[in-house]
Amino acid sequence: MSDLLRHAWALARKDLVIELRSRTAFVSTLVFTVLVLIVFNFGRDPTATAVLDLAPGILCVTYTFAAMLALNRAFQLELENQALEGLLLTPISRRSIYLGKLIANLAFVGLVEAVGLPLFVVFFNVPVGHVLPALAGLIALSTVGFVAVGTLFSAMVIRTRFAELMLPVLQLPFSIPPLVLAVLATAKLFTGRPLDESLGYLKLLAAYDIVFIGLSTLLFPATVEE
Amino acid sequence: MLRAEALRHAFGPVWALDGITFTLQPGQTLVIFGPNGAGKTTLLKALAGLIRPSSGSVQIDGGRRAIGWIGHQTHLYNHLTVRENLLFWASLYDVSDRERRADRLMAQLGLADHADQPVLALSRGLAQRATIARALVHEPTVLLLDEPFTGLDLAAADGFRSLLAEYAAAGRSVVIATHNVEEGAELASEIAFQVRGKFVEHAPRGRRGAAEIAAAYRRAVGHV
Repeated sequence: MSDLLRHAWALARKDLVIELRSRTAFVSTLVFTVLVLIVFNFGRDPTATAVLDLAPGILCVTYTFAAMLALNRAFQLELENQALEGLLLTPISRRSIYLGKLIANLAFVGLVEAVGLPLFVVFFNVPVGHVLPALAGLIALSTVGFVAVGTLFSAMVIRTRFAELMLPVLQLPFSIPPLVLAVLATAKLFTGRPLDESLGYLKLLAAYDIVFIGLSTLLFPATVEE
Repeated sequence: MLRAEALRHAFGPVWALDGITFTLQPGQTLVIFGPNGAGKTTLLKALAGLIRPSSGSVQIDGGRRAIGWIGHQTHLYNHLTVRENLLFWASLYDVSDRERRADRLMAQLGLADHADQPVLALSRGLAQRATIARALVHEPTVLLLDEPFTGLDLAAADGFRSLLAEYAAAGRSVVIATHNVEEGAELASEIAFQVRGKFVEHAPRGRRGAAEIAAAYRRAVGHV
């Protein structure tokens, strides 16, 4: 394994162990997910709009806000005892810090999404069993791009005042394309359209992921240097 | 070897570093004394590469890998144990035989009984010992230490002084910044008094004892 990936894995593993011990971010993100689903469930008029028309948007918006919460904590860990300063003193590539955070964030957000999906099904009674593999792939593709951009912005805002406010302000404009693509593709899956009809969206999502992982990896060193 | 050349750095209108130049050879220990706000921490951060000075340059043989750093913060993760913290930092420096290195340091610093305690549960003094272990885990050749004795009890401070003397004897360069003359005097081979970003005096310690150094320091900073 290259140095870059080995160091990235060491960082990701450290973040996941800390989260496993403290569980604060996971529990709060999960509670938030449940609350958003409850609000959407009771905030709509079931006689006015069919659930299948709203469900794709509800799922994607819920995941977006939950992921935003999770991303806010990504670099908070490194402010604890100014560990980020220690990381910057090590000889490892700044890019391995980004990749480590990206891996940890993906695992964390993925876990929240995995727990959130059954809750979504229970609340909205949307049958997803027949499209589960495709839906999982779609969620994964949209999550990767969102988290890739969010990890970069999370590092960018962490030493600013009002970091929790700055992150969504910076990130949401960049997240509109994958969010729209994910909603459109999810709607097609939920309404039983053939997967072929969603392939274009999936390819665009994959392109977004590749471009923004590449860009974020390149830009990250500049965001953490003094 | 560590070389600083004409370092200047300002925070707004205040010059924290104002033309500092020095060279430290392997085996030398430079102790920088200065009052609060003299720019000692800024100097150490500039040497470590944590801040980019407005002008001037720093050259350290071996680059970042060579640096062992103790600052005002521990750089330890509260929810990891002392051992896990040391192994994590060692892995980022590609230290071979990490377990043995961590065990040895914990034994030297009196942390063996606390190895499996989370940092969160450590007292201030024990956390400072863990910080020292973290800074030494990759066997750095240049130590940059900012008030390293903070929180240590007498025995731990004596032990750390012995360890630093061993490091210097083994050919490592050490820079210590402190405002406490008694703490650093006996370790120094070179002494500098920093006031308002400048070395107002920089000379070998020679045979001067702590009392003489303290008197010279008071004269230098204007508290006669």
